[in-house]
Amino acid sequence: MSKCEECDADISIPRDALEGEIVTCLECGASFELAKGSDGFDLKPAQTVGEDWGQ
Amino acid sequence: MNPDVTILYDSIRWEEKALLEAGKKKNINIQMVDCKKLALDLEKKPEDYGVVIQRCVSYYRNLHSTAALEGLGVKVINCLNTGVFAGNKLFTHMLLKKIGVPTPDATVAFSKDAAIEALETQGYPKVIKPTVGSWGRLISKLNDKDSAEGIIESRETMYPIYQVHYLEEFVKRPPRDIRAIMVGEKIVAAIYRNSEHWKTNMALGGTAEPCKVTQEMEEMCIKAKNAVQGDIVGVDLMESEEKGLVIHEVNNTTEYKNTVRVCEVDIPALMLDYALKVEK
Repeated sequence: MSKCEECDADISIPRDALEGEIVTCLECGASFELAKGSDGFDLKPAQTVGEDWGQ
Repeated sequence: MNPDVTILYDSIRWEEKALLEAGKKKNINIQMVDCKKLALDLEKKPEDYGVVIQRCVSYYRNLHSTAALEGLGVKVINCLNTGVFAGNKLFTHMLLKKIGVPTPDATVAFSKDAAIEALETQGYPKVIKPTVGSWGRLISKLNDKDSAEGIIESRETMYPIYQVHYLEEFVKRPPRDIRAIMVGEKIVAAIYRNSEHWKTNMALGGTAEPCKVTQEMEEMCIKAKNAVQGDIVGVDLMESEEKGLVIHEVNNTTEYKNTVRVCEVDIPALMLDYALKVEK
């Protein structure tokens, strides 16, 4: 379990999480990218919409 | 062990993770490669990637990594030409017109004055779209000269691509459009994207429901996919009151989360099957 940097709510990291995966805080909707940390995954603010992002 | 398939990504969303899960179920050796960490020596034989499924959300990263890998002899889905053609609404429009696939009428203007003159001649409303862009960003409805002047003037200070003014007819249609996912020569699933807003993008809060695939729709989508030389694409259609079905976009790195959810079709598994088939 990690803490949301925006609202301090708990964010659960999926058991099969991958580095680079996007997780979203269910409380405030902030998105974070999973980055490898010393002890599992750290949360870093995710870039959610880049100027050239799309499909 | 060499990978059968490489998923090239810059962000792991539901779609990319679903591909990985589908690969595990099928016992396919999947390699996940973060394009942000990738450096390719263009003068050396590349490592073995198997077939690459291109999933980068950044248009420029997507296009250039495909160019590099394809140039090094790696099979990439979709290919560079698809990235170029489908990634640009004007290019797609011209290719669709060439093969006779109905598409909304459009005008391209290369300055504010030229755009306003065309709008004043043709009339309003019109929809202005960046030729490169997605998720409904910077797409605006121009209802009259005042709004057109304000919106187009703001673009004159932006990156040059936004100064190519692509003006599309405002298509009268039900409050929805259609997203058809094509894997090879088949629509594997299609959804209606409903929205009371004139923009129906799921990224903007539209809702999805299954759409029955008709023969007409599939024939149009196959032609559109082939026009942009695609393998796996998402084709967007509108039900025009005047023209019937029209195709307004072909998506090179299509999202399919909502299509899988409402149609219950295992699109990631079908994508992998297709990727392995075309590699052989």
